[in-house]
Amino acid sequence: MVKELFYIFLSAVLVNNFVLTYFLGICPFLGVSNKIESALGMGFATTFVMTFASTISWLIYYLFLEKFGLSAFLGYSVFILVIASLVQLVEMFIRKYSPGLYHALGIYLPLITTNCAILGLCLFMIIRNYGFIESIVFGFSSGIGFSLVLLIMAGIREHLDTCEVPQVFRGASITLITAGILALAFMGFGGIIK
Amino acid sequence: MNRIKKLLIEGLWKNHPVFRQLIGMCPTLAVTTSAINGLSMGLSVIFVLTCASFIVSSLRKIIPPQVRIAVFTIIIATFVTLVDLFLKAYFPEISKSLGPYVPLIIVNCIILGRMEAFASRNPVIYSVLDGLFMGTGFTWGLVILASIREILGGGTIFGINLYQNGKILVMILPAGAFFALGFLVALMNLLEKRKW
Repeated sequence: MVKELFYIFLSAVLVNNFVLTYFLGICPFLGVSNKIESALGMGFATTFVMTFASTISWLIYYLFLEKFGLSAFLGYSVFILVIASLVQLVEMFIRKYSPGLYHALGIYLPLITTNCAILGLCLFMIIRNYGFIESIVFGFSSGIGFSLVLLIMAGIREHLDTCEVPQVFRGASITLITAGILALAFMGFGGIIK
Repeated sequence: MNRIKKLLIEGLWKNHPVFRQLIGMCPTLAVTTSAINGLSMGLSVIFVLTCASFIVSSLRKIIPPQVRIAVFTIIIATFVTLVDLFLKAYFPEISKSLGPYVPLIIVNCIILGRMEAFASRNPVIYSVLDGLFMGTGFTWGLVILASIREILGGGTIFGINLYQNGKILVMILPAGAFFALGFLVALMNLLEKRKW
């Protein structure tokens, strides 16, 4: 059991990283990765929401939708509602109990709703038939993987600022090519898990 | 008529969703391993975008502004579910190779972006056309990117064999998607800078 959970963790963080392998969460990955502090805040908030989204979606999907035979045509709508209300809830909770953290996260908190990594997480959880505990670990480790790549990218981009990039490659173009090289590097982790 | 022409140019070139706005990145990068996948994803997005534009624009005076994002998302999710079930029933192979990226159209920023920026504040006819043109712009972007990756990485185009030796395998892999799009965006910048 512990071994399998560890495999799920390693796979989600390094081998099948959400950003670099499945291209999920590319928008914040390109948008928020220009400063290390904002990348850290975004990573933290996303990990938080991902862990809870996978937990709650699993409960609703298997205890309610599956039982009443609604999963085929209501599944997606329910997931997106769960995510949206969860983000709202997390926002209210953090604002009440930790105003400092709330101000640090700022605009990134509501933006998590439209992060495709969260919906992707719920879909993968269903496709791969994960159990309850596995889903929680999967959600948490996907969040960690997302934060890791976001931080690495922010570090690289802070250095890129001082480099002389050819005019036409400036902006999104060089960021995408950098992400490509990062994806190549992460392919090296491929052999860890069979 | 002038307005329609403007919308057409905006959607297909000037405000191109993939190369100019850089939104809707996750399907763009993920499904473009072969031209046929890119085309199917593009057609699905055209359908969802046009239908959702029609509904949102028709209901734009009734939807309360406080909950509009939630309403848009549910409308989009309905049409995406339709597409998903349709593909599963009639094109099971395509559905399998697109995998979770069909349901992920729900959170595709292009669609939500057009609802918020255009369909929720313009008459029905223009909104439908805007959805159609933006979707078409997205589709040609996807087909170009997918063709480049398929030709370089797999030596085929739409499944037809072109050559055997010297394939650049990395273009099919995730890293290749980033490279191809990065260079295409640079090419677009170059074309933009040049005055014709």
